[in-house]
Amino acid sequence: MNWIYEPWPWYISGPMIALVMFLLLMVEKSFGMSSNLRTMCTICGAGNKSAFFKFDWKSQKWNLVVVLGAIIGGFIGSHLLSTDPTVAINPETIADLESLGFKSAGAAYLPTELFDTAALFSFNSVLMLTIGGLLVGFGSRYAGGCTSGHAISGLSNLQLPSLIAVIGFFIGGLAMIHLIFPLLF
Amino acid sequence: MRTLIYLFIGILFGITMFKSEAASWFRIYEMFKFDSFHMYGIIGSALVIGIIMVQLIKRFGIKSFYGKHIHFVPKEKSFSRYMFGGIIFGLGWALVGACPGPMFTLAGAGYVPILIVIAASILGTFFYGLVKDRLPH
Repeated sequence: MNWIYEPWPWYISGPMIALVMFLLLMVEKSFGMSSNLRTMCTICGAGNKSAFFKFDWKSQKWNLVVVLGAIIGGFIGSHLLSTDPTVAINPETIADLESLGFKSAGAAYLPTELFDTAALFSFNSVLMLTIGGLLVGFGSRYAGGCTSGHAISGLSNLQLPSLIAVIGFFIGGLAMIHLIFPLLF
Repeated sequence: MRTLIYLFIGILFGITMFKSEAASWFRIYEMFKFDSFHMYGIIGSALVIGIIMVQLIKRFGIKSFYGKHIHFVPKEKSFSRYMFGGIIFGLGWALVGACPGPMFTLAGAGYVPILIVIAASILGTFFYGLVKDRLPH
């Protein structure tokens, strides 16, 4: 049973994600996490500002329960099923990140520069997390889905729109890492 | 009962996201650097199994656990919304190293600053709703 405490290899994780999608299909739902962000806007009263948020959010309650599960799963995964959450990334990536100033590369699960509680007191870190979050929220709704909705659900159903969206995800991601990161860090 | 099933599926998803390291900022950075097969293996294997699964469900008319026909909603045809929306999403995904599933997993794992990302992503979705009609779709 020791394997469960180790990071799961891709050939365990990928099929597990497919299993999650399968279970959702079998209970007549679909796999897509970003629609929850819209539901949360509606619950906060965004329907008063835009018709886009005027819908019966109770019909999406099931997906909010999935989110609650994802939060509990994160707790279980990190606190009960991991002894050492350090992510063993490629040594070249580590060297690369160190040159950008990420000292925690290869020694943590997330960069302490952005995700340590101390980062809450760094103006730059908070600014970056805010801008990143805004882009993720805006972009996923504009594109009509995120990684789960397009890269997994949509592509599994061989949908051309999802392929265009995933190509967009990569153009944006590559531009951020290769063109914008050298300016930021 | 159904609520418990959704909760169980979510927990399974959350554990998978954390243990697969797909919720790690480092893995996302490494993926965009093409320095590792890890993330491509995860997405690729999920996709291959997913495609086979969907085809089998369609071909054999496999019924849901409640005995009903499984329905796939086709996405609307368009180019600009998927491309532009996708690029904007990708910029954010690479910067914060988390997409809408893993960000909740990280909240559960206890990384407090991810709450800023979650709040900002809800706000970003709200901004989209405000300007939606003025964007090319």
